[in-house]
Amino acid sequence: MSYLEHNLRTVPTGLRKVLYVNWALVLLLTAVASVGFMMLYSVAGGSFTPWAEPQMKRFVLGLVAMFIVAFVPIWFWRNVAAVAYLGSLLLLVAVELFGTVGMGAQRWIDLGFMMLQPSEVTKIAVVMILAAYYDWLDIEKVSKPLYVLIPLALILLPTAMVLKQPDLGTALLLMIGGGAVMLAAGVHWLYFGGVVAIGAGLVTGVFASRGTPWQFLKDYQYRRIDTFLDPASDPLGAGYHITQSKIALGSGGWSGRGFMQGTQSRLNFLPEKHTDFIFTTLAEEFGFVGGFSLLVLYALIILFCINSAMKNKDRFSSLLILGIATTFFLFFALNMSMVMGLAPVVGVPLPLVSYGGSAMLVLMAAFGLVQSAHIHRPRRL
Amino acid sequence: MKQTPRDIEESNRRISRRALFLGGAQVALMSVLALRMRYMQVEQADQFRLLAEENRINMRLIPPTRGLIFDRNGRVIAGNEQNYRVVLVREDVTDVDETLAAIARLVALGPDEVARAKTEIMRRSPFVPVTVAERLTWQQVAEIAVNAPALPGVTPEVGLSRHYPMEGDFAHVVGYVGPVSDYDLSKLEDPDPVLQIPRFQIGKNGVETKLEHDLRGKAGTKRIEVNAVGRVIRELDRIPGQEGTDIQLTVDAGLQNFMQARMEGESAGAVVVDVQNGDILGIASAPSFDPNKFVRGISVSDYRELTENIYRPLANKTVQGTYPPGSTFKMVTALAALEAGVISPEETVWCPGHFETAGRRFHCWKRGGHGHVNLNYSLQQSCDVYYYEVARRAGIEKMAEVARRLGLGERHDLPMSAVAGGLIPDKAWKRENRGEEWLVGDTLNAAIGQGFVLTSPMQLAVMTARLASGKAVSPRLIKSIDGIEQDIGEIPDLDINPTFLDYVRRGMFNVSNNKRGTAYSSRVDDDALILAGKTGTSQVRNITAAERARGVFRNSDLPWERRDHALFVCFAPYDKPRVAVSVIVEHGGGGSTAAAPIARDITLRALHDDLPPLTAYPAYQRNQIEERFQDLDLRSFEENVTGRSRA
Repeated sequence: MSYLEHNLRTVPTGLRKVLYVNWALVLLLTAVASVGFMMLYSVAGGSFTPWAEPQMKRFVLGLVAMFIVAFVPIWFWRNVAAVAYLGSLLLLVAVELFGTVGMGAQRWIDLGFMMLQPSEVTKIAVVMILAAYYDWLDIEKVSKPLYVLIPLALILLPTAMVLKQPDLGTALLLMIGGGAVMLAAGVHWLYFGGVVAIGAGLVTGVFASRGTPWQFLKDYQYRRIDTFLDPASDPLGAGYHITQSKIALGSGGWSGRGFMQGTQSRLNFLPEKHTDFIFTTLAEEFGFVGGFSLLVLYALIILFCINSAMKNKDRFSSLLILGIATTFFLFFALNMSMVMGLAPVVGVPLPLVSYGGSAMLVLMAAFGLVQSAHIHRPRRL
Repeated sequence: MKQTPRDIEESNRRISRRALFLGGAQVALMSVLALRMRYMQVEQADQFRLLAEENRINMRLIPPTRGLIFDRNGRVIAGNEQNYRVVLVREDVTDVDETLAAIARLVALGPDEVARAKTEIMRRSPFVPVTVAERLTWQQVAEIAVNAPALPGVTPEVGLSRHYPMEGDFAHVVGYVGPVSDYDLSKLEDPDPVLQIPRFQIGKNGVETKLEHDLRGKAGTKRIEVNAVGRVIRELDRIPGQEGTDIQLTVDAGLQNFMQARMEGESAGAVVVDVQNGDILGIASAPSFDPNKFVRGISVSDYRELTENIYRPLANKTVQGTYPPGSTFKMVTALAALEAGVISPEETVWCPGHFETAGRRFHCWKRGGHGHVNLNYSLQQSCDVYYYEVARRAGIEKMAEVARRLGLGERHDLPMSAVAGGLIPDKAWKRENRGEEWLVGDTLNAAIGQGFVLTSPMQLAVMTARLASGKAVSPRLIKSIDGIEQDIGEIPDLDINPTFLDYVRRGMFNVSNNKRGTAYSSRVDDDALILAGKTGTSQVRNITAAERARGVFRNSDLPWERRDHALFVCFAPYDKPRVAVSVIVEHGGGGSTAAAPIARDITLRALHDDLPPLTAYPAYQRNQIEERFQDLDLRSFEENVTGRSRA
């Protein structure tokens, strides 16, 4: 009896799938999203418009999308991984050609009913193609140079296109997310050591090339790095965001200033308070208790995913879950580091909390994949 | 599917190990985030809380209400008037141009004012109220209020603004206020932050500037919550400031008004001093100007009119102007001679009409001479030769010493702008300033108040007060600050032999009351109010030999600016002196004709506290005096006793 047969016979069908859904995970996601609704309600000055209500609708839409994806067998998703990957590459090309420019970067495609950010889709597509690749690859070949170059190319191709937009945050997410899948697949440690070394070299190169005609990054990106390294150097200019965000966060104290009592956000000192900097409002109004609680919710999501990945005997499923979990982790870790002044302002939203349509939908769909892997995992009779 | 179950087992174990590693790494990083959060929100919370408060809370100053200035009877000289204005908030206005045009129609704004308002509106943030029109009448405010629905973003407001109800009467004394200039700020080492308030007004002249510290008060503060772009969200609390201190002057507004009106049409100055305590009861300089124009911001044409007027309305002739005192200085010379013991009161000097010394001839004003002249007669007749002779005997040092004792050459400590010290020359002064030795001729010139001698009407009034009272009174302008009477202390004795003073006073009595006195026509015909004075006519030109030969003496033949200054000093009543008065009429001609009548009217007004009764004047003059009084443009004070106006 082949593994596949063994697998197929144990796969739940029909309504039984509902029983196998990881309901704890659904609950956690809803909890996190609810924190988002609350904060969007607060930053709007105690109003469901303009942010909280659309966000709720999108979350419901996201839940629906998640369940649809979840009930489709995981091997279907494995089979369409390559299609998804190519499709996302095409979208990136399309955004390059027809995209809308926002905040100094070309990132959006107007689909008519919503604004789509193709780089969001790419993050998941890359994880999918890599998981599928390692599922296909013989285990003993995993660390062979040729077979390491292939996934590397799969990661770097969209990364390069995203950097072109330019979207530093997504590029970072793609590389680290893809790298996580490779790591989980068992690629030899030495390769990662090499990448770290190259990365260090690259950072040096980025700084060394500054001011020369062939500089790697755009000026505003350099400035962001500058202000990250020393926010006080330009308190009212580029450093304003970081300074104000730290003030808001720090002034929250242990238990915060109370719901809707945050002076920093209510008086508009906080930039982008409903998107990238929404965590500062939470930290200001609910203090350490609130901020830490959200972090715990995120941590539980990650732990549930990792637990699910470890228990899953299917390689594709495990790698996919790990990849998505890591990407999710990177989202909130980068965002929080940014608002706490630990990382430069790179424009990464707080997942499921920040106001934004495509990020929410794509993330919910990705958790649909996690659920699908969970539902359709190989079981013994 | 070449993978064997064993391979799969192995692969799964490897994935699990790596998954554990990944999960561990992520949890570790999350711990870092949690620690950082804890550090910022627990350890550094106070610091960040403070920064957040600084962010949101703005301190705004509340301008203090400026202290009022009253006259000695409690009449308001400088008050605060409600100032109705129209302000516009750009963000609430649909079309700025259209709205401004509408306002201009309602309150009659000129194109310049509209343009100025437009510029300011566009320069400020859209939520900042900008004053479009000021000092509106109640009628105009009502027009705006009625049309309010058609004028969104336009609101009438009321504030306080300095107002001088006495208009020109106290312009030189009290001065005026104006907006703080950069120059004002640059002069101050540690400027009061209140000065940074736009349109805040400070004293620019006179008492307003000298007592600025008392009048200004202390600014209050209010703490307001602002958002990131500075818009005021709400007021948190306010600490009231301290209102400016009220100041009472020694001046009597009624007398002051009379003086100003009496001197109208002349370029003149007059001072009335209480002989017992030095209180300045009246201090007027004519012509005057309306200080309210300066508060509002005087127009270029109005200002040019003031500066180009040859009567110099902006100059304060009473303390700032110094003139040769002419014959009013003769009391000083006489006292110097008496004190030096070089002449006795009854000793006579022969006046042939001129005096020869060192090969130069000094003339008496009376060409034919006065014959035998004693002290009393010399004052009565103002004989120059008598004073040439006694001055020659007494010497300049003695004269200067007596002059200073009488308050001449001394810069009196008065809270007015540009108080002049005048000049009492002596040998050392001439050596230092002219590099020349003192000549006898200089002494002779000084003897009749010419030459180097310069005095202000203020100093002459003080001199007369000291002669009258025998006390070294000092002039005082501030009666009380914040209701606390200013201490004048013990008035020292003048330290001049009372007998000598009596001789001089008797001479002054004769000037006004002897039929042959130079000011007999300006006598007082009321025994209770007898006036004793001294005329003075000071030359502003040298009489050339050619002129003397041609006999050009008549002032009316000369252009105005070359005519003599007319002076008169007096005190009254003679037997129990109360007031001392000095008057100068610039280029007025003779002291007896131009200055003495004015001085008499002012003296009587000061003693009577109302229009002088006609019975005080010689019978033949009464019709003329009555007519003159009827022509005076006097202020009615009934409606003017206003209290403190507060917004």
